[in-house]
Order: sequence, then structure tokens, then C-alpha cells
Amino acid sequence: MAGLTGRMSTVVKAKVSKLLDRAEDPAETLDYSYQKQVEQLQNVKKGIADVVTAKKRLQMQEATLKQSVVKLDTQARQAVSGGQEDLARTALERKNVAQTELQGLDTQVSELEDQQQKLTDSEQKLRAKIEAFRTKKEVIKAQYSAAEAQVKISEAATGVGEQMADVGLAMQRAVDKTENMKARADAVSELEAAGTFDDVTALGSGEDDIDRQLKQLSSQPAVDDELAKMKGELGQGSAPAAAQISEQSQEAGAGGHGSESAPADAQPAEGGQG
Amino acid sequence: MIVRVSTEGQYELQDGALERLHELDNACQAAVDAGDGERFHACYEQLLELIRGEGSELEDADLRGSDLTLPPPDITLEEAQSEFSAHGLIPD
Repeated sequence: MAGLTGRMSTVVKAKVSKLLDRAEDPAETLDYSYQKQVEQLQNVKKGIADVVTAKKRLQMQEATLKQSVVKLDTQARQAVSGGQEDLARTALERKNVAQTELQGLDTQVSELEDQQQKLTDSEQKLRAKIEAFRTKKEVIKAQYSAAEAQVKISEAATGVGEQMADVGLAMQRAVDKTENMKARADAVSELEAAGTFDDVTALGSGEDDIDRQLKQLSSQPAVDDELAKMKGELGQGSAPAAAQISEQSQEAGAGGHGSESAPADAQPAEGGQG
Repeated sequence: MIVRVSTEGQYELQDGALERLHELDNACQAAVDAGDGERFHACYEQLLELIRGEGSELEDADLRGSDLTLPPPDITLEEAQSEFSAHGLIPD
């Protein structure tokens, strides 16, 4: 068969023969095959453990990011209430980045779940085939002459060899996917280390490197929209903060028009978040 | 005949399904050659459905080898375009 299946079949057949052709004596073939099978099964177990570890790591990062999202949202609301629009914007930009990362991690965790399931299935199939091979091996030993044994062994070994090659393929794909996810997890860790998800109120004024990078990373319209929405929810309309501050000052009837007095009057919106 | 879907399992297929399998296989290869990912994935999915639908899955302990081996269901167009061995689709 010429198409896709033909090419793949040829490659797999070559691979399986290579796997089995190393020993010439039937007894040796049996022992060699069996030893290889058991080794491969150990590898699969290790592969599953690696996938589980990677998954746990991503899940831990997810938990941290979820906390950051809540914290940054709270801070943005407090900043809006206090008329500190720049601070609110910074908090929302960081929240935006955290949310984007969170979505990515979510997809990756479910992909890892799939990989884990696939490897577990593969392990089960391989285990069943190895057990069947072990039984057959004893029958072959007891019943056949060396010449016949060679044929029977290669028949039985082909079935297991093929499964071993297939498990190898499943493992490789799982490892590749896990590597990609490790890279993603590392990227999140770097953002974390750079203080991206840190408490914005703990930062000094002035734009730092993180702020500049964040502005590139986060989608500005989304931040604008959310800021406007937040202001609406907090009953501040969508007017720029400076205008609001002077409005508030006038409404309060305070003689001083200094903008410093306004944030002090405004209460953090803790009541609204209860 | 016995067909293996890589990373999934082995299926035993009646010879009647062979012609259809052959057609779909060639159609998939044509899509790969044309570099049409969408057509390739649709076609390959059809091919897999044929095997899963018409074939009966072999027992895990069955030691028979396969007559045909298909690439894994999550194969990418790039992988299908490459030689399967050269880019690691089949590990050493």
C-alpha cells in the first residue's frame, strides 16, 4: 500500500526487526526479548511519573495565578475607589497577564491528563502482551525443536515487539508534549520571579521594566474596558480620574481644591467585595 | 487483516473494508502532498473512523503482528510530510 499507511508500516516493520534481530539462538531471542520488554515497561512507568510531576507543577502554578488574579482585582478596585487610576491600570494589566497565563495552563493541564491516560492504557496493553509472551515462551520451550521454536518465537515476539515500538512512540509524544509544557511553566515562573504578579501597591512610583513589558504583553483595550466597567460598578462613571477627583472635591464642599485630599476621603471598596 | 492505529491499538478488519481504506489512504496522501492540513485532518479522521467502526479491537494479550500500521491520531501535517523515521515519529 502506497499511501500514508504504507510508509508508516514499512518504517515500523524495519524498526521491529531491528529490535528482534540481535540474537540468533532461539533461547537467547526469548531471553533478550523478554528482558527488553520488562525494561520498556519500567520506562513507561517512569514516563507516567514524569507526566504526573509536570501536571502537578502546572496545577500549583494555576493555584498561585488564581490567587494573584483575585488579589490584583481587589487592588484595582481599591485604586479606582481611591482615584488612583494609574495604579488601577497597572493592577488590571497584571491581572490580564495572569488570566492569559491561566487559560494557557488550563489547556496544558488537560493535555497532560490525556497523555497520562494514553500512557496508562499503553502500559496496560504492554503488560498484558508481556504476560502473554511469557506464557507462550514456556510453551515454545516445552514443545518445539530449535528450528520450529525460532519461527514461533519470532511470531510471538513480533506482536510484543510491535507493541513495544508503539509504546515507545506514545512515550516520545508524551515526553515532547511534557517538554513544551515545562517551557510554559518556566515562562510563568520567570514572570513570577520578575514580580509580574506581585502586589502593585508595594511598588514604587514610576514606570519600571515590568510595567513596560506588561504594556506590551497585555491587551490594552481589554484593560481600558475593564477599568471603565470597574468605575461604573463603583459608581464613578467613565470620566478620567482627575476630573472625578475635582468633582468629588467640589461635591464635598471642601475649600481646598488640592487633589491630594480626594484619595484620602474615598473609601476602599471593601464593602462591595464582601 | 490486522491494522494498528499507533498509540491507540490494533483492530481486525474484514477484507471488504480494504478497498475503502485504500481509497482514503490515497486521498490522505494527496492532501499531505498538497500541503492542505485541513483536508488531511478531515480525511485522516474518516480513515480512523472506518477502522474503529468496521474493525474489532484486538485483545491486549493478542500476540499477532499487524499487517498495516497507521500513524497516531494526533499526527500533524508536518509529521505526515516528513519521513516518519527522520523526524522522530518512530523513536529508536
